[in-house]
Amino acid sequence: MAKIELNEVRKVYPGNVEAVKGVSLSIEDGAFVVLVGPSGCGKSTLLRMVAGLESITSGTVAIGERVVNALEPAERDIAMVFQNYALYPHMSVRRNLEYGLRNRKMAADEIARRVDEAAKMLEIAALLDRRPGQLSGGQRQRVAMGRALVREPAAFLFDEPLSNLDAKLRVQMRAEIRRLQRRLKTTSLYVTHDQLEAMTLADKLVVLNGGRIEQAGSPMEVYERPASLFVATFIGSPAMNLLPLGAGGLAGLTLPAGAASAAGAGETLGIRPEHMRLVEDGAPQPQDMVFDLTVSGVEVVGAESFIYGTLPEGGPEVAVRVPGYSHVEPGTRLVAAADTANLHRFDQKTGHRL
Amino acid sequence: MPKAVFPNRFLPYLLLAPQVAITLVFFYWPASQALYQSTLKEDPFGLKSKFVGLANFAAVLGDPDYLHSVRVTVVFSVSTAVLALALALFLATAAEKVVRGKAFYRTLLIWPYAVAPAVAGLLWLFMFNPAMGTFAYLLRDAGYRWNPLLDGDQAMVLVVVAAAWKQISYNFLFFVAALQSIPRSLIEAAAIDGASSTKRFWTIVFPLIAPTTFFLLVVNTVYAFFDTFGIIDAVTGGGPAQATQTLVYKVYNDGFVNLDLGGSAAQSVILMAIVIALTAVQFRYVERRVHYG
Ligand SMILES: Nc1ncnc2c1ncn2[C@@H]1O[C@H](COP(=O)(O)OP(=O)(O)OP(=O)(O)O)[C@@H](O)[C@H]1O
Ligand SMILES: [Mg+2]
Repeated sequence: MAKIELNEVRKVYPGNVEAVKGVSLSIEDGAFVVLVGPSGCGKSTLLRMVAGLESITSGTVAIGERVVNALEPAERDIAMVFQNYALYPHMSVRRNLEYGLRNRKMAADEIARRVDEAAKMLEIAALLDRRPGQLSGGQRQRVAMGRALVREPAAFLFDEPLSNLDAKLRVQMRAEIRRLQRRLKTTSLYVTHDQLEAMTLADKLVVLNGGRIEQAGSPMEVYERPASLFVATFIGSPAMNLLPLGAGGLAGLTLPAGAASAAGAGETLGIRPEHMRLVEDGAPQPQDMVFDLTVSGVEVVGAESFIYGTLPEGGPEVAVRVPGYSHVEPGTRLVAAADTANLHRFDQKTGHRL
Repeated sequence: MPKAVFPNRFLPYLLLAPQVAITLVFFYWPASQALYQSTLKEDPFGLKSKFVGLANFAAVLGDPDYLHSVRVTVVFSVSTAVLALALALFLATAAEKVVRGKAFYRTLLIWPYAVAPAVAGLLWLFMFNPAMGTFAYLLRDAGYRWNPLLDGDQAMVLVVVAAAWKQISYNFLFFVAALQSIPRSLIEAAAIDGASSTKRFWTIVFPLIAPTTFFLLVVNTVYAFFDTFGIIDAVTGGGPAQATQTLVYKVYNDGFVNLDLGGSAAQSVILMAIVIALTAVQFRYVERRVHYG
């Protein structure tokens, strides 16, 4: 167990592709940190630099108290779970689990003890004599986890380990990874582009965009106080409603007297769908902002529905969460309201939170 | 699979005819001729021949020269196959590590395959000919008694090297493809698992390319058995003292030089049996490989 410290880490690939542009990040001992961001933002690159699979152009990576820049992957005391599992296809599951321990010349009885323990923990004891090719996707995923577990490393690194599983299994494995990590208290760095996975797993969420950290914090912090327009739209589904204000405000949007003077042109207001309601469910309060909407579509999720509506004069589309099954027809005109206490304000030019 | 329906019932036979004719003329006819010849014995003047049954086979298999040639063939084929495979694998793994000019490097390595066997043999002969070869000169300068014209072992080394050289390109291509089909994450996982690069090669890479290696082993053995006549003829002519006379070379020598048609035909039939056996092994294997992936 160890903390991981990244200091101004940069990566420039041949051909002058700057994939990671100076990332500093501190991961507490035993923490579960999730790196999330859109495709190509440098998540894998960053993780692979920590693992030692990619050279570090500049900056330092420290695991425990050691700077590991110059160390081989094997010397960094980390274990990694790959997206395609990377199980050795010609070895039995048992051999797969043992491989890293045998290479380290561990005593046979200790190897057996660890393999049995991991197999029990992951419920793969019955599969130990099979080859990876004879396993289902979920079972392979467990074996890949097992191979990391038996090492008892200072840190686990995960690169989108669940993205090859179907939706149901993904949710199940997600919970299992969380449970295991809580139990073992091994520092973990987890990469995903799935914001839901990120929100549910993380102690600390790191949102990456274009090779830079946009925001780092607890999932709730990031959700409730997104530091930028990018984070505001990336985290949360459906995304936060964005209302860019012009000189005359925004057509179809009425702000309460106090807020109207505070929020001016050059600002973008943000409000989450769950903070919106239809006015027929309750008259607007003095602190409410009011939307004039034409319904463009309805998405029924089950316990709740999202009504999508557009503001007049080609204004932006906003989503309103309503409980239960909504029967609203597209084209209907609606009035929606939202408490300005839940409003987020961003600078249009810089995208930063105000 | 949908069945094709031809408008005319003779058309399909007509379309097949050229293929069938070629097979008949170029394989079944010579093969049956060889079988027929192998049961005949010609008089010394080639005027009459009489049926002798399996006597030719008995003579061939009882001939110490023939058994010597079998040994020569085994040594030659195994050495050639192993050398060609080992060098090609070495070059292919090296090619994986090349960062710049990968394509150029690979292209260069493929060229030898385009060289005709006899020409390949001549190239090596020129380089190592004791009278005029550059390398022969260097070897002698280094104090090594190099004379493949007199020393059977040296002659064997020379034909093996020449034969292997030509096959390296082919093997190289297959090995490069096999190496590329190994997911990079597997190698990375092994690196994290604490395996040195040598260990990774022997415990991960080598087992994973084993199907290709086995396939190439069969192909190379068949090549060394049957396709190296040109090289041997150009480099040593089977000599010195039959030290490099492989089975194929002996068929030619006994049949066309010594004019023992019956014996030569019997040898051909035995060779044919060996090809069929090797091909059967290969096919079974290739089939298994298809199911493997
Ligand atoms: N070997 C490489 N050579 C050159 N550029 C690379 C290399 N690997 C990645 N890149 C580039 O670096 C950037 C970051 O890649 P990276 O794989 O880290 O993205 P990612 O965030 O993991 O994306 P994804 O979610 O799609 O896996 C991309 O623009 C990619 O094109
Ligand atoms: Mg990635």
